[in-house]
Amino acid sequence: MSANLAWIVRWLWLIPALPMVAAGLSALLKKSQRRLSATLAIGSMSVSLVLSVWAFALMLSNPVRQVVNFPWMQFGTQWVALGWLLDPLAAVMLVMVSFVGLLIFIYSLGYMAHDDNFTRFFCFLSLFAGAMLGVVIANSLVLLFMCWEVVGLTSYLLIGFWFHRPAAAAAAKKAFITTRVGDLGLLLGMVWLYAQSGTLLFYDHGAGCLEQSALAGLAGHLTIAGMTVATAISLLIFCGAVGKSGQVPLHVWLPDAMEGPTPVSALIHAATMVAAGVYLIARVYPLMSPHALMVVAWVGAITAFFAACIAVAQNDIKRILAYSTVSQLGYMMLGLGVGGVAVGMFHLITHAFFKALLFLGAGSVIHGCTEEQDIRNMGGLRRFMPITFVTYAAAMLALCGFPLFAGFWSKDEILHAAHGWGVSMGPFYLGAVGALLTAFYMTRQVFYVFFGPRRAPEATVTPAEVAAHAVSAEEIEPVVLTRDGEECAVIDPHESPGVMTVPLSILAVFAVFLGFVGTPAWPWFQTFLSGTPGAPLSFALARFSEPGLLPLMASSSLLVFAGLILGWWLYGRKPIVRATDPDALERVMPGPFHALANRLYVDEIYGFTVIALTRFASGFSNFLDRWVWGGAVRLVEWLALRVSWFDFGMDKVVVNGGFDLGCKEVSLGGRLFSRLQSGRVQNYLRVIAAALVVLAVFLLWGSRG
Amino acid sequence: MRTTLPFLILAILTLAGGVAAMTLRKLVHCALALTVAFAGLAALYLNLGAEFAGLAQLLVYVGAIAILIVFAILLTRGDEDQAKHPFSPASLGGVVIALAVFGVLAWAAETSSLAQGAVAETAPSATMRTIGFVLMQRYVLPLEVIALMLTAAMIGAVLLALREKRTKTAGSAAE
Amino acid sequence: MNPLAACLLVSALLFSVGLAGALTRRSAILVLAGIELMLNAANLNFIGFWRFGPHPEALTGLMFVIFAIAVAAAEAAVGLALILAIYRHAHTSDVSEIQEMKG
Repeated sequence: MSANLAWIVRWLWLIPALPMVAAGLSALLKKSQRRLSATLAIGSMSVSLVLSVWAFALMLSNPVRQVVNFPWMQFGTQWVALGWLLDPLAAVMLVMVSFVGLLIFIYSLGYMAHDDNFTRFFCFLSLFAGAMLGVVIANSLVLLFMCWEVVGLTSYLLIGFWFHRPAAAAAAKKAFITTRVGDLGLLLGMVWLYAQSGTLLFYDHGAGCLEQSALAGLAGHLTIAGMTVATAISLLIFCGAVGKSGQVPLHVWLPDAMEGPTPVSALIHAATMVAAGVYLIARVYPLMSPHALMVVAWVGAITAFFAACIAVAQNDIKRILAYSTVSQLGYMMLGLGVGGVAVGMFHLITHAFFKALLFLGAGSVIHGCTEEQDIRNMGGLRRFMPITFVTYAAAMLALCGFPLFAGFWSKDEILHAAHGWGVSMGPFYLGAVGALLTAFYMTRQVFYVFFGPRRAPEATVTPAEVAAHAVSAEEIEPVVLTRDGEECAVIDPHESPGVMTVPLSILAVFAVFLGFVGTPAWPWFQTFLSGTPGAPLSFALARFSEPGLLPLMASSSLLVFAGLILGWWLYGRKPIVRATDPDALERVMPGPFHALANRLYVDEIYGFTVIALTRFASGFSNFLDRWVWGGAVRLVEWLALRVSWFDFGMDKVVVNGGFDLGCKEVSLGGRLFSRLQSGRVQNYLRVIAAALVVLAVFLLWGSRG
Repeated sequence: MRTTLPFLILAILTLAGGVAAMTLRKLVHCALALTVAFAGLAALYLNLGAEFAGLAQLLVYVGAIAILIVFAILLTRGDEDQAKHPFSPASLGGVVIALAVFGVLAWAAETSSLAQGAVAETAPSATMRTIGFVLMQRYVLPLEVIALMLTAAMIGAVLLALREKRTKTAGSAAE
Repeated sequence: MNPLAACLLVSALLFSVGLAGALTRRSAILVLAGIELMLNAANLNFIGFWRFGPHPEALTGLMFVIFAIAVAAAEAAVGLALILAIYRHAHTSDVSEIQEMKG
């Protein structure tokens, strides 16, 4: 069987392995070996990209799933096998992850250039890339889970990259713990699946858990609440996706994860890691029963709407994008639930590009404004950073779903599928309102950041002067504190260096044009994913005349325009002059705005309930440990002490005393006997005579009879 | 009864001498009483037909040992102390023990078979000739050993006397 | 009474008298005198057994007595010399005073 596999399939494992090896080598480097670390990371990523493209090409020519399995661990008579697979879904994800990853690596060269821990950053980035690619090609739920956990670990390491900032450390902890809650569900689902089907390999020539025989078995059994086992398992697996992809109610970690460096936000929390949850559902899609898919769709729709609402009232540039990510992930889940793998994955791919672009652009803005992140303190950057502005605008339009941009096609697919969903129209309406809100908040953000007057404190020195050290440190004013604790002078915003803007431009191209691979006129993406080789797809505008399609496209476009106009009405007409000016929306509806600005108090609710419960439980455990178990230990200790005192007493009195007494008796006896030795001869003689008498008496008495 | 009367008288004499020797206060009187006892014993031997033993007893005991005792008494001048306290402390215990010993011996004597049977009436002949023969034949080894022993005793007695003199001169020289 | 028994009785009596004197008198010389009496009592015993016992022609008892007398003489000589030596050392011939070997 292995002889039939193409070379790339056999060596597919190199794709995740190379970045991991680069990470391992990077871990051994010193802080000063920055160039070597970056070279290792970017080099390995490039090779992975080349191999991914090769694999993709193979899939293009022959979209049949290829699987390589190997036995890994034996316990008893059972073997746990791992393996990797290559199918169109995996190939697409491979290319996306490695391509976006490579661009972000290059961007990081410029963004993290001033950071002391440059080497460590690239080590963690490579580790993440390797683990993410591992998640993509895993053919076994065990292998997927292992890589999933490494992805979570690197996310923790990278969010808390500037660990000496308490906010970053807390955010990293929050991310890890929140995703852990979801991972618990995933683990339970995994165990149940193994117990039920006896294998955790996805595809194993008919014996895998996603293949017909296992699925039939799973669908047949019933469990609690009348659910089939398949539904229960898929819901548990969905828990893992909820945690990792930031669906409500486990979305709270994503906005806080913005404490990490911007490339991290771009790569992990926009394009790839959060997409892992969506990818997981897409991967185990054969397992998902209609009931489970219903839950997925509703959770996705609610998340999309909920997050979009909160994003309207945020003031941190990255936080707006974070909530936007949560919202879009909701859309992806909705797409998976109502429309299938292709619908959800299409949005995932397009979203990866334009969200990464948005984040990198935000990073560029932050870098240019000397670490300023509040949009109320920015403004008018259009003049200072043109490239950033253009690319950012392109991404923003793609995200909103502006007609003909990438997001339009993918979001439309989702709305179309939701509209045609037989179960309920609720998700459709939620998605539609969400689209309106998306356009609105993105417009708000763009107007705040790029338009209007510059609202930052005025600079008093030019960049040239600072660079030439013509002014001393004390004279530079005003200063801000950067993310890594340095003080940095506020200078006029400048365009970012080429190493940062080139990736922006490349991503912008994709953001605009990538959608065309999935238009209804030429649904190449959908057919590719379904894996049926056949005649090449024709470009047919006639497919646009599918019933209900054109009106839907028109109405969604109208929603987008409405959102854009609303945003312009509130924020674009009158330029926002001062940073302290109240928000336009706040003036209109202050109550809801405040609630939204406080993120609908979700964190506070969690604080009251879950965290309070945990604190109580830990306090109780502490009490148990200290007083009950500790008390028992102390009791034993006290008893042991008493016993030892008793033993001591016994030893002193009985043993020693007894022994001493015995010795005294012996010496007393000796003294008594020594009195016999009086030294007087006559006494001796008397004794001898007496003894003679006694002896004679004995003898005579004995012989008498 | 005829043979036993002299025996009885001599026995009483000897015993009286012995008792006197052990109980008189003055040491010289004791020595004289001892001599009487020895003499009485010699007579007893003669009575029992052991002439040589009797005469040897007279020669040795009366003639030498008693004199020796008198010399010792003279040389040690113990009379003054002896007059006050002739008997050592707890002497009653000694007397009791002696009585016990006598009792045991008497009991043994009375109950033995030999003492209850018939005895030979005629004295055996113990001429010097036979004694000489026996000494030289059967008892020649004890004889030689006795000679050695007497020599050793003589040397020992001389040494004891000498040593006193030497240490005395050494002690006086040191002063 | 059997003559032998009488002889033995006399000898026993003499022996116990000598023992009593040896045990009770203070003077060392008299202790020695008591010992001599005991020896003599034993000699009498032997003579008695020789005269009245079986096989008197073997002269065993007689020879024993002769040798005993010789030994007693030697022993008396040495003993008295010892007493003299002790007298010179301790300036007394009181046996109850001489306790240096005590303990």
